[in-house]
Amino acid sequence: MGIRERLSGNEAAAIAMKQINPDVVAAFPITPSTEIPQYFSTFVSNGSVDTEFVAVESEHSAMSACVGAEAAGSRAMTATSANGLSFMWEMIYIASSLRLPIVMSLVNRAVSGPLNIHNDHSDAMGVRDSGWIMLFSENNQEAYDNLIMAHRIAENKDVLLPLMVCQDGFITSHSIENIELIEDDKVKEFVGTYKPEHYLLNDKEPMAIGPLDVQSYLFEHKYQQAQAMRNAKKVIADVAKDFEKMTGRKYSFFEEYKMEDAEIAVVCMNSTAGTAKTVVDDLRNKGVKAGLVKVRVFRPFPTEEIANALGNLKAVAIMDKADSLNGAGGALFEDVTSAMYVNKKQVPAVSYVYGIGGRDVTSNDIHEVYEYLQNVANTGEIDNPYRYVGLRV
Amino acid sequence: MPYNLKEVIANKPSRFTSGHRMCAGCGAPPVARMILRALKPEDHAVIANATGCMEVSTFMYPYTSWTDSYIHTAFENAASTLSGVEAAYKSMKKQGKLPDDKHTKFIAFGGDGGTYDIGIQALSGAMERGHDMVYVCYDNGAYMNTGIQRSSATPKFADTTTSPAGSVIPGKMQSRKDLTEIMEAHHLPYVAQSIAFANFKDLYEKAEKAIYTEGPCFLNVLAPCPRGWGYPTDMLMQINKLAVDTCYWPLYEIIDGKYVINYKPAKKLPVEEFLRPQKRFKHMFKPGNEWMIEEFQKEVDKRWDDLLKLEEMTNK
Amino acid sequence: MSTNIDKNTPAKDMTIGGNIYEAGNAVEFKTGDWRSIKPKYISEKCTQCGLCFPVCPDDAIPVGKDGKRTDFNYDYCKGCGVCAKVCPFKAIEMVNEE
Repeated sequence: MGIRERLSGNEAAAIAMKQINPDVVAAFPITPSTEIPQYFSTFVSNGSVDTEFVAVESEHSAMSACVGAEAAGSRAMTATSANGLSFMWEMIYIASSLRLPIVMSLVNRAVSGPLNIHNDHSDAMGVRDSGWIMLFSENNQEAYDNLIMAHRIAENKDVLLPLMVCQDGFITSHSIENIELIEDDKVKEFVGTYKPEHYLLNDKEPMAIGPLDVQSYLFEHKYQQAQAMRNAKKVIADVAKDFEKMTGRKYSFFEEYKMEDAEIAVVCMNSTAGTAKTVVDDLRNKGVKAGLVKVRVFRPFPTEEIANALGNLKAVAIMDKADSLNGAGGALFEDVTSAMYVNKKQVPAVSYVYGIGGRDVTSNDIHEVYEYLQNVANTGEIDNPYRYVGLRV
Repeated sequence: MPYNLKEVIANKPSRFTSGHRMCAGCGAPPVARMILRALKPEDHAVIANATGCMEVSTFMYPYTSWTDSYIHTAFENAASTLSGVEAAYKSMKKQGKLPDDKHTKFIAFGGDGGTYDIGIQALSGAMERGHDMVYVCYDNGAYMNTGIQRSSATPKFADTTTSPAGSVIPGKMQSRKDLTEIMEAHHLPYVAQSIAFANFKDLYEKAEKAIYTEGPCFLNVLAPCPRGWGYPTDMLMQINKLAVDTCYWPLYEIIDGKYVINYKPAKKLPVEEFLRPQKRFKHMFKPGNEWMIEEFQKEVDKRWDDLLKLEEMTNK
Repeated sequence: MSTNIDKNTPAKDMTIGGNIYEAGNAVEFKTGDWRSIKPKYISEKCTQCGLCFPVCPDDAIPVGKDGKRTDFNYDYCKGCGVCAKVCPFKAIEMVNEE
């Protein structure tokens, strides 16, 4: 029944990659994800994986090499953070438009500038429309589990999209926590072998990838991508079912914590959920009907499900660890509120931007959010829906 | 086996088909086609192409002119994209995921914009890492695909759309970057400079060496652009001959550090012979601008002399 | 080989990512109508020297297994005239397209 270990989030990601044993890993160092290619290149040097490790000269080349490797017919993986992802940006879009199921570990960090190496979600939010499947992870266990499930989702013939597994830089990536690993042989069987239908190295069917796609065609190709993203929902759910059979660990599009009778709730992603859960417990002890929704599957966005989960609340706060700088709310706030509007769920909603550039998020901060929600629930009044917490104004 | 043009053409079918949309008289297709003919017919190739004229006109959905596998991703990264393909090949071969008895070769094509400029980082990285590939730069001396903007391969004084010959600034004011030498500084097993010339022997043999030398190899091939250079379309081969007879574009190769100049014109022509038929240098021939031709000649002479010295030095 | 994708093809029938699995299918796309002047092959003057074969950007000079060229393939010839200019024997003449 699994292997009990104590690992950091980066170690957990590297171990998952080792067990997956991809054909190619191309990566470039950037804090806080650097340890992943470091650990992984040790596996390569010691012969414990079959992987060709390509120590590229930039993140742009890391993603370019992953695109080349995946198109060639192999499994390619990488890891990056913040500016590394920004530098990859052009290739991020190309990877998904070429329908290549590359898997990436994204260790979330603030995108410059000014330079800051600490955690927020501005890197991930910058690529939210790039056509990648995006899974978020509260802790090392989830980062590991999401990676083990990644290829089964990305490589499904109804999907064929790249996938990134996000975890919080330092908070998760560098914190050592207990973890339950899956045995190597079980992972191997679960992940399976990659058998692409068409690939560059098939000399029996030479193929061409990456055309000039003029006005008559690009719209249809983009629609195909959009459909693949819609298809991914079912595949993510199916893979989670199989994963639960293997490990007993259950994964949904989002985790609902004490939501059955909740009147107020917070929606957030990644490690903040851990802090928020203790606040919910605390509030429940005081008789406050508080709940929490932790989004795991951010792309595709589970619109209907999330609207239903939040539809009976008296007030909801959506917490974004990235400011969209749009004069309005954060990206998660916009997705959640638009999902609710479309599904005719009218609940007073507020946007909270928090934790930018690694600003500590304490239980006091989360308490402040729930206190405001209680006030909204009681009065039905929102003085300003676009709020901050933990900020010196 | 000594090169025989007729045998090559008759026995090695073209791997770069008709039906592409390159301009009439473009200098690049004959170059790409002959390089691919240097592949053994039984070998498969994966070709990576940087965004540019060649890419947009040879793979416009749903038609491809390439009979081998082909990948284009972006402008600056043909070398890193192909790095990934080559790494996948190595990994899959090692694991027995590909047939043992079949060989795949890896060739990248980029224009001078995609190679000298925006792609130089990816190229340098791929060469330093030692991937078994050939990178071919087809150098037409400007960003032709976007409408003739200057690149670092554009010769001095050339009139381009971003270095226009005006009344104050007479064209591009900087000399051409010497990319072949930069690639040699990577200490690659094989680096060469070529052109479509006479019966294509020089180009074919260099392509063959580059493709079948293990490790990263680099070919720099001048490929005139009638539109960007402003010469009559039918003059392609005459312009090429002038480029080598004036020593503007010397044909040479560097094999493990040893320089071999493959063509030394019996009579080195003045560079103005090469410049005169091209509209991009027209302003240099106006009365009062003789200094421009003199300066251009000096630079050509200096680079040619340096090359002769390098050949002598490395063959002692 | 035939490419059954055109500007009326619905998304469900188009290849994903713009991939093409029929390498070299550009031969289905004819470029001959770009031409305003055309090369005329005067076989009596031709010595089969081979200089014109490799210079054609459009591979529009067919060469047989015997290493000898035949008449132009006008499906692709764009009329650039490079072949006529390299011919030392005036066996190719550029004439106006009718």
